[in-house]
Amino acid sequence: MIYEEIVVGSTHELGAHTFTREEIKRFATLYDPQRFHVDEEAAEASLLGGLCASGWHTASVMMSLFSRYFARQIERAAASGRQAPPLGPSPGFDNLRWLKPVYPDDTIAFTGRIAAKRESGSRPGWGIVSIETLGTNQAGEPVFTHTGHVFVAMAKTG
Amino acid sequence: MIGLQRGATTLGMTRRHFEDFAVGDVLPLPERRVERADIIAFAAEFDPQPYHLDERAPATDLTAGLSASGWHICAVFMRMLCDGFLLESTCMGSPGIETLKWRRPVRPGDRLKGTSTVVETRPSKSRPEIGIIRFRHEVTNQTGEMVMWMENPVMFERRAR
Repeated sequence: MIYEEIVVGSTHELGAHTFTREEIKRFATLYDPQRFHVDEEAAEASLLGGLCASGWHTASVMMSLFSRYFARQIERAAASGRQAPPLGPSPGFDNLRWLKPVYPDDTIAFTGRIAAKRESGSRPGWGIVSIETLGTNQAGEPVFTHTGHVFVAMAKTG
Repeated sequence: MIGLQRGATTLGMTRRHFEDFAVGDVLPLPERRVERADIIAFAAEFDPQPYHLDERAPATDLTAGLSASGWHICAVFMRMLCDGFLLESTCMGSPGIETLKWRRPVRPGDRLKGTSTVVETRPSKSRPEIGIIRFRHEVTNQTGEMVMWMENPVMFERRAR
């Protein structure tokens, strides 16, 4: 994946994931054991209306699909003989929104739209690409969005 | 009704409500050590970049050695927040994160600490039973270097009036 090949405005189907009750509880037990993520009875009495995934779980699943999608792109580029370094690290993100709860058996499909790209001022040879993600459930309702930033290597010159 | 009673009476008096936060409050988050096995297990499931899975991944000028996924740092931070004060509060969830910066890599054996500083308190206009606290959360490592910070609104129940 090189910076020069990334097209601002392009949209990428990152993939979909079905959240099971077991994995929701497993993630929450480790990292976010609030009652509405681990205790079904308490969750039903809460504002969220039932057991639902930790927001960080939803974000992590987005990352998993994002990462695997770009790994496939990189493999494809390498197979056709083009330069294809892995994605660089991320300096952060903006405007992450948990728009609706993710409940057990919900299937969330994620897309990523290339919102912007620029050459890094401080890191020669690297660009920063901004990607607006959107997660949508099986009823077509948006449940998650964020704008992530990632370092992407530029083509080597000379 | 059983759930409501449990929420309103047994725990209700001692849990931290919206009214118990004031601008400028700095709430400490407990230390948590990040183990190598946890870094690799999280990355294998959620963020399989070479530099989150293997010490021998080829170095670039931005990555060298094994480091934790940024989302793993978020998850560890969330556990620190839960253990610090959230589980003993009337937290009703969060609408999102306004801005988050990952400033430094987290390495195997790093011991993370943090603080949550109250930057704004605001009753909800549309739902009188809820108030919103905006925090600036900061996570540092064992040498005091900033690892991550974020700004984030969280919803809490208000005390009955």
